[in-house]
Amino acid sequence: MRCTRLIPLLSLLLAPLLVQANPFEYQLANGLRVIVKEDRRAPTAVHMVWYRVGSIDEKNGLTGVAHLLEHMMFKGTPNVGPGEFNRRVAAAGGRDNAFTNRDYTAYFQQTPKEQLEEMMRLEADRMRHLSLDPKEFAQEIKVVMEERRMRTDDQPQALLFEQMNAVAFQAHPYRAPVIGWMNDLENMTAEDARDWYDRWYVPNNAYVVVVGDVDHDAVFRLAEAYYGPLAPRALPVRKPQEEPAQLGMRRLLVKAPAELPVVLMAYKAPVIRDVANDVDPYALEMLSAILDGHEGARFPKRLVKEQRIAVNAGAGYDSTSRGPGMFFVQGSPSAGRTPAELEAAFRAEIVRIQQHGVDADELARARAQLIAGEIYKLDSMFAQAMEIGQLESVGISYRDNTRLIDKLKAVTAADVQTAARRYLNDDALTVGVLDPQPLPSAPRPRSGPAPRH
Amino acid sequence: MKSSFPFGKVLAGFSVCAASVLGMPAHAGVNIEHWQAPSGARVFFVENHALPIVDVQLDFAAGTAFDPPGKAGLASLTRDLLDLGAGAQDETAIANRLADLGAQLGGGADMDRASVSLRTLSAPETRGPALAILRDVVSLPRFPAAVVEREQARTIAALKEALTRPETLAARAFWSGMYAAHPYGVQSSPASLAALTRDDLRAFHARHYTAAAATVTLVGDLSRAEAEAVARELTAALPVSDTRQTTLPPLPAPPAAPAPAESRIAHPAAQAHVLLGMPAVRRGDPDYFPLLVGNYTLGGGGFVSRLVKEVRDKNGYAYSVYSYFMPLVQPGPFTIGLQTKKTQAKAALALTRETLTTFLADGPSEEELKAAKLNLVGSFPLRLDSNRKILDNVAAIGFYRMPLDYLDRYAENVEKVTAADVRAAFARHVQPAQLTTVVVGGE
Repeated sequence: MRCTRLIPLLSLLLAPLLVQANPFEYQLANGLRVIVKEDRRAPTAVHMVWYRVGSIDEKNGLTGVAHLLEHMMFKGTPNVGPGEFNRRVAAAGGRDNAFTNRDYTAYFQQTPKEQLEEMMRLEADRMRHLSLDPKEFAQEIKVVMEERRMRTDDQPQALLFEQMNAVAFQAHPYRAPVIGWMNDLENMTAEDARDWYDRWYVPNNAYVVVVGDVDHDAVFRLAEAYYGPLAPRALPVRKPQEEPAQLGMRRLLVKAPAELPVVLMAYKAPVIRDVANDVDPYALEMLSAILDGHEGARFPKRLVKEQRIAVNAGAGYDSTSRGPGMFFVQGSPSAGRTPAELEAAFRAEIVRIQQHGVDADELARARAQLIAGEIYKLDSMFAQAMEIGQLESVGISYRDNTRLIDKLKAVTAADVQTAARRYLNDDALTVGVLDPQPLPSAPRPRSGPAPRH
Repeated sequence: MKSSFPFGKVLAGFSVCAASVLGMPAHAGVNIEHWQAPSGARVFFVENHALPIVDVQLDFAAGTAFDPPGKAGLASLTRDLLDLGAGAQDETAIANRLADLGAQLGGGADMDRASVSLRTLSAPETRGPALAILRDVVSLPRFPAAVVEREQARTIAALKEALTRPETLAARAFWSGMYAAHPYGVQSSPASLAALTRDDLRAFHARHYTAAAATVTLVGDLSRAEAEAVARELTAALPVSDTRQTTLPPLPAPPAAPAPAESRIAHPAAQAHVLLGMPAVRRGDPDYFPLLVGNYTLGGGGFVSRLVKEVRDKNGYAYSVYSYFMPLVQPGPFTIGLQTKKTQAKAALALTRETLTTFLADGPSEEELKAAKLNLVGSFPLRLDSNRKILDNVAAIGFYRMPLDYLDRYAENVEKVTAADVRAAFARHVQPAQLTTVVVGGE
């Protein structure tokens, strides 16, 4: 227990640094890292287990297996029967769930602080002892297919994003959806889930994040007791699978039942690889805020309010991911305007920034929102745990969070203009359009009262 | 907009229930201070200096139930326009100023309430200007003609888009099926929105956004004296209505025994959307706690409810299946919802009805009752572990005139519910023969 002794000692010696010591970190001999952020405002705690495995690690024909395994994690171990995990969390006054993304799979419980030990017991048990009963698998794969129908097949914009990724990425696994292609789900087996679990669910591929009204030393002792006995195992080699350079603009069209067309433009963009020395990813974050950070930002102000060419217009960029990044621009044209006109308007806004840059007060505004947002984040234990977990998932230490904010604050107008010139170019652009299709029949109730106005 | 979307095991109904504000238990409650501002507005304050943040919310009895006949959509459009030009500033000036201050405006309109909220840093040089904007937004909205016309067009575009979505079609048919001509059942249409005028918005604001009808909730880094000054200033310039109007006419009672109706609406979606329910319970009804505790077992308790076990776990029919009560000023609905592959809609609906009927007949077992109480009482601290959650809870207590010790007595009220209470309360509020059923899509 090196950290449990070291940290209190440090805090005695360096009292002014006490604040910076929180969060606290401890690594078990099996490789599992535990990060604890003490937040004493309410008698609750959030406990998260993050696995460094997501859809990015899937192979052709097995898309969706990372997420399917997440569902199976609730289906029992020899000690804790199917559904029992949820029952015990509920009995502890807790809420639990899980989420799978491209870069990670994570599980969490929010409970009264006294229940943290029980949560660790449950999570440690399913880290290495999952039953993966074929009968449970046969039911749960149907639930996952329903989830795909609900979240993707019946959501025109989700279909557009799914197709966008499949066109923009040709080699990199980001081309496949996290939920998986339906045909892969239809052909998935309990054995596929078992292989996945055996390969990736080991303590040396996981980290635990706890935020709440807890003492970090006590949490480290609990982690040692419950996660400590789990044996590590060597992980499979992860190949980079780099996306080859895009050699020109790509276009795609998605037809789905809808009323409004959608224009989605995605530019290949860098992400943070070197926290201290990168510049462009931070500049792109600030550019995104200048375009779409508030109601007076460029897109809502100029495209929605002044030109009225769009009913909505936005930008989005995530500077942290294991794989390649994209800078997105998205909107729907106003009645009587076409997707092509909206695309041209988006391009004109981008050219304006490339040629004339951004104003100092626009940048100052983005900075003010960023600084306030850092304070507001402290109101949610869950958000604080998510921030730590997400940074760690892409290989950035939670300790670098302050530095990330400082780097964002240091972005200059020239940085923004340079990044816009460097990345927002047609050769690395993919344009997707949702082409709305009328519903086959007028939606009228067959019986019962008709909606009145 | 994010480049990737997390896929969670979330059940829609779980989050709906968590959002239902009457669902809070209680040991360590919240110290709510209450007074009336000189304007007549009722004020609720929770002092908390742990973070340099102030959250403020103003609630008005100005929800969609107050849309005048023939003007469906007016309450929502009025709310949407408040911050698009107010006092001396136009919409861009307001948006830029808020961003400069790092402050955030929020809120919206539901059936009963129109809300305007502000989150700001508590330092006086930030708080002061941010609160001044909030005061102008609720008191002096300008409703500029060009902006009204633009937002009308955007709202119509969004509604037309929503009317292609199976979930929207289901919800609209569901509410109009349950409530018939009652205001809760009336919905906006592109035509009703197009007919609204700037004068309608001004009149609605003048009539409904009055100090006498306002509640102000403040949470965070303020002293009592500061909170009093803030509440006084925020409400001083609200419209003064003529005294006869300070109490709005009560909403009519919904149909006592709605005719059972089944709507089937064609849609090409892969999944059928199924809703069942009826008007059930008003805020403050003494049956609320037995209904809450019972519904935990039926379909409210996240992953451990009977509906989830039967429909999702045993049969794989649905990713999301849930039930909940939504208490409103007038009896709000009891709702069961699910989505399922269209070919199995019939089987899933039959199983859902059977699960409900069985529950109504045998109610929760002693073991289920115990599990429900353990979770509802045990999870109480989670309902209040941030300023934002405290704000939501206290604003609802204030608006709906619930007792100030509501949170303190929550655990006790949950604990005393018996299985017989649950069965009796469900028998009074949920009659299978009167359920409105809506199926959108399916075969």
